Amino acid sequence: MSEPLLRLSVQKTYKHYVGGAFPRSESGLVYEVTDRRTGDWLANAPRGTRKDARDAVAAARRAAPGWSGATAYNRGQVLYRAAEMLQGRRAQFAEEVAAAEGVGLKKAAALVDAAVDRWVWYAGWTDKVAQIAGSANPVAGPYFNLSTPEPTGVVAVLAPQSGTGHSLLGLVSVLAPVIATGNTAVVALSPGAPLPGLSLGEVLASCDLPGGVANLLAGRTEDIAPTLASHSDVNALDLTGANPDEGSGSARALEVLAADTLKRVRRPAPAPDGEDWTAAPGTDRLLAFLETKTVWHPMGI
Amino acid sequence: MSPVPSAGTAGGKLFDYAPAPESRAAAGPIEPRYGHFVNGEAIEGTGRETLTTLDPSTGLPLAEFAQGTAKDVDRAVRAAREAFPGWAALPGAERAKYLFRIARIIQERGRELAVLESIDNGKPIRETRDVDLPLVAAHFFYYAGWADKLEYAGFGRGGVPRPLGVAAQVIPWNFPLLMLAWKIAPALATGNTVVLKPAETTPLTALRFADVCRQAGLPRGVVNIVTGDGRTGAALTAHPGVDKVAFTGSTEVGRAIARSLAGSRTRLSLELGGKAANIVYDDAPIDQAIEGIVDGIFFNQGQVCCAGSRLLVQESVQDEVMEALKRRMATLRVGDPLDKNTDVGAINSAAQLDRIRELADAGEAEGAQRWSPDCELPSAGYWFAPTVFTGVSASHRIAREEIFGPVLSVLTFRTPEEAVAKANNTPYGLSAGVWTEKGSRILWTAARLRAGVVWSNTFNKFDPTSPFGGYKESGYGREGGRHGLEAYLDV
Repeated sequence: MSEPLLRLSVQKTYKHYVGGAFPRSESGLVYEVTDRRTGDWLANAPRGTRKDARDAVAAARRAAPGWSGATAYNRGQVLYRAAEMLQGRRAQFAEEVAAAEGVGLKKAAALVDAAVDRWVWYAGWTDKVAQIAGSANPVAGPYFNLSTPEPTGVVAVLAPQSGTGHSLLGLVSVLAPVIATGNTAVVALSPGAPLPGLSLGEVLASCDLPGGVANLLAGRTEDIAPTLASHSDVNALDLTGANPDEGSGSARALEVLAADTLKRVRRPAPAPDGEDWTAAPGTDRLLAFLETKTVWHPMGI
Repeated sequence: MSPVPSAGTAGGKLFDYAPAPESRAAAGPIEPRYGHFVNGEAIEGTGRETLTTLDPSTGLPLAEFAQGTAKDVDRAVRAAREAFPGWAALPGAERAKYLFRIARIIQERGRELAVLESIDNGKPIRETRDVDLPLVAAHFFYYAGWADKLEYAGFGRGGVPRPLGVAAQVIPWNFPLLMLAWKIAPALATGNTVVLKPAETTPLTALRFADVCRQAGLPRGVVNIVTGDGRTGAALTAHPGVDKVAFTGSTEVGRAIARSLAGSRTRLSLELGGKAANIVYDDAPIDQAIEGIVDGIFFNQGQVCCAGSRLLVQESVQDEVMEALKRRMATLRVGDPLDKNTDVGAINSAAQLDRIRELADAGEAEGAQRWSPDCELPSAGYWFAPTVFTGVSASHRIAREEIFGPVLSVLTFRTPEEAVAKANNTPYGLSAGVWTEKGSRILWTAARLRAGVVWSNTFNKFDPTSPFGGYKESGYGREGGRHGLEAYLDV
């Protein structure tokens, strides 16, 4: 039996990751994603809409009680498994990152390694953050008084659109701290580099992360983000990847919308292009979407 | 519900207390007219408009003060800006000693400030003397100690975290001097300079605080006080020269400030409204719970953002709780704020009294049952009798809107899950109360309440070491404790 000279590869249809499933955009629309190195066609990414954003928020809200109520140890185990799953697909992600950011394969592989390590770093934080962010308060009276951090709730995250390693390492750097602390997330992926993020959905679907804890949408920021910023069931907004222009997807416009429901807003860096996602993250993203609850109780017999 | 006898028979005849008035003279001289306090000096406002602050217990004027203009605000912000580098560069230990001095001077002048506060605000002298002033001094004392220990607070990445710069601070009228302390003490400890605007119905203790700064020898421009109404506040919070805005007040104004700062690098912390649930389970120690319920809603005439204004009672103890609550309410003494026997003083202003009346009337119109003990209210000034509504449903305005007055709405529940669902059924999330003898039930409930402060088997307790602030639309950021430093540090 003779073998064919050339085997045509099977291409992947990239889809959103919402509520643990992989739906297409409700709009049925896609947009073309090209290789940053060559300009060649890579894939048709789903073009998310307001409705997609609302569906994702609903999924994130449904997942919130279970995930915020899970033990910190359990959340750590699940996030560590995300690192394991990502490690196993290192080669695939290196290809995607290289094409998404226009860097060499070796550099891209190093960025994937860094993304794996970042998952591991944040996985280890789940059961420690309350110990650095909480406090026992020595009030002047016979009371037990304890402050503990709790997740803010549903956090909308605009994944970085620029900076070294933004397409995967940057995405992990903004997503992992949000869910490590027990929040659920709706992420608007970088419109120019959505494929590593859409593939990350497959990693998250296979690491025991409950459906709806992380939801990933592709599309234009100005289509998706205003809905997230104004949605009453979104508690916080990370504007890291807001559009640099002054349009409806800009940090200013979105912060104005977020003010109506007094969302917690994390503003973008003064110069997002200059952000180096390989740099050590520190705890500020981990602590950004926490609420401090202080409980009093009298002491006596 | 079982019929409740009227106050006279339920609680027995009240003892007649002889009046025990505090001396008005202890408040020290109140000037007929005040300007602003800028760069260490009392200055005239640049505008012609003046406002008048009244004694809410009589409705009579106390003093005139300047309606701050944009120009006044600008002058104050410039003074704070000029003072900032020097103040921030002072060794923390030196900044600390200024704050310790302020704390001590406040303790020394505690009686004067308490009486002045009661006169200007209408709150009982028992509260200003035993709650407000001790907490004010303690707050300065607590943050004084932080000034030279900031590198140990866990903010930033090693080294001494830096201050933000000039802080614009706008405070409400319900705890005038205490809110001033909550704003100024952490700001100064961390090396910021401030421009503070007190509320337009209670400017006197803030203006008297200027004299405390003088006695403490505080460098010029570190603390600046500009008086006026919301227009002055808007000019201050939108001033391009401020690096930080801290606001305590209504959710509506908080939203407007957040909107105005969108897209800027100005940092913002907000402490806004509330509609706290106070949950009483069937196994609660009823007598203690009654004290907590009363303290929760009638402390400071209910003009408290964290007031326990929604009482959630488990159905099986509703009758017992209501009977005991009404008996206790009948013993509350409403009247002269300067009488040491007074439990409930005057409502702060005519406008606030109108709002309370409007919402209470809406409660009746929507079908809830209204009850107040027999109590004689003074004929002059602004007064509202302690009031409780039963038969309240979640959709009633008195269950949803912040009344900011001595009005309690009572709802019932059957299961702990229902209690938590009802408690969280509000856009606010500032505080909550839980009453039960069962420890595991307290912890189960407290963990599920979406509120920044949970008082279990107690209510309305405050301490400088204890972080205070809200979830959801009650605002963001914390005041008090180690957490309270973050709002004033560049981290």
